[in-house]
Amino acid sequence: MSKTRPEIPGTVIFDAAQAMKGYALNKMCFSFNDASNRKAFVADEDAYCARYGLTQVQREAIRSRNVLQLIAAGGNPYYLAKFAGIFGLDMQDIGAQQTGLSKDAFKAKLQAANEQC
Amino acid sequence: MSSIVGGITTSHVPAIGGAIAKGLQSEPYWKPFFDGFIPVRQWLAEVKPDVAVVFYNDHGLNFFLDKMPTFAVGAAPEYRNADEGWGIPTLAPLAGHPAFSWHVIESLVDDEFDPVSCQEMLVDHALSLPMKLLWPDQACPLRVIPVCINTVQAPLPSAKRCYKLGQAVARAVQSWPGDEKVVMIGTGGLSHQLDGERAGFINKPFDLAFMRSLIAEPAWATQFSTHELVEKAGTQGIELLMWLATRAALPGAVTQLHTNYHIPISNTASGLMLMESQS
Repeated sequence: MSKTRPEIPGTVIFDAAQAMKGYALNKMCFSFNDASNRKAFVADEDAYCARYGLTQVQREAIRSRNVLQLIAAGGNPYYLAKFAGIFGLDMQDIGAQQTGLSKDAFKAKLQAANEQC
Repeated sequence: MSSIVGGITTSHVPAIGGAIAKGLQSEPYWKPFFDGFIPVRQWLAEVKPDVAVVFYNDHGLNFFLDKMPTFAVGAAPEYRNADEGWGIPTLAPLAGHPAFSWHVIESLVDDEFDPVSCQEMLVDHALSLPMKLLWPDQACPLRVIPVCINTVQAPLPSAKRCYKLGQAVARAVQSWPGDEKVVMIGTGGLSHQLDGERAGFINKPFDLAFMRSLIAEPAWATQFSTHELVEKAGTQGIELLMWLATRAALPGAVTQLHTNYHIPISNTASGLMLMESQS
């Protein structure tokens, strides 16, 4: 984990430091594979987060539904996708939120990749 | 002796499962993607492989960060799909081939690879969706040997290592005394990034160069570190490691029988290749 690599703009590599930092958060998100856990979260979000021992920063990031904050707090995109699923958000919603674009603008950006040559 | 008949590489995206569940295959958004599979289905119907070795990456259905294997090989009689958090209908279970799986595991360990063996293994969209795409109207008639490669948590295995894994899997299959016909399948990629301010990143020139390289110069991508591959293909585009392992599992030269590339499916540049062994 001591290796330094050139930074990729707008990208957090999920490495050992992130894995340690985000463990509780990711463990909670992993639990959302189970529909009954998703229900329990919706029924009492505070209690559910407390059960997983989220840090205050992680708790705030969950409360704000802010994906960039969740990543900064150690969230891994594969597990965060399960959290997003609770709210019926798809990957374009998530992409739009992180890039500050409207959903339509984000979809247009994806479509525009066809012009790359 | 078993034979390796060819390889299929395809993208996997959860949204494909949603589209299948809603019957959207002929909608303009989805049709160019789904239609890409027609020639591959025809090839499978002609060649009739018995077993599929499937290189895929788990997305947090079977494995969590408490225990994260770099390589894991399934040795279960059956592989079940399950809810990944979105509540979309689960896909049919797939039949395993435990004896063949254990042979692969033993052969890999002899070959200085040390995979985790899994006698129980839930398989997520990365394995179950491609099977549904390849056999849309019937249960997958093949028995599967899942080979899971970690793309969740760095350090990820290098492209060079995944290439060698594919070669070792080929040796394992070729030393199996049964007479099964084996198809190699790799699922993931191509370029996409779900997370960060760089979300929505797609790199069409790199994807197309990578696809060409699998035919013309199969080890081309092994020159790159995983960090460089993330830079070129996105944080989830690194799933192209599955394609690389699949190609390496096809001994010798291959003929490209079919290819499809379509942007976007969800946030992903989707790719599909059908390669046949020349020998």
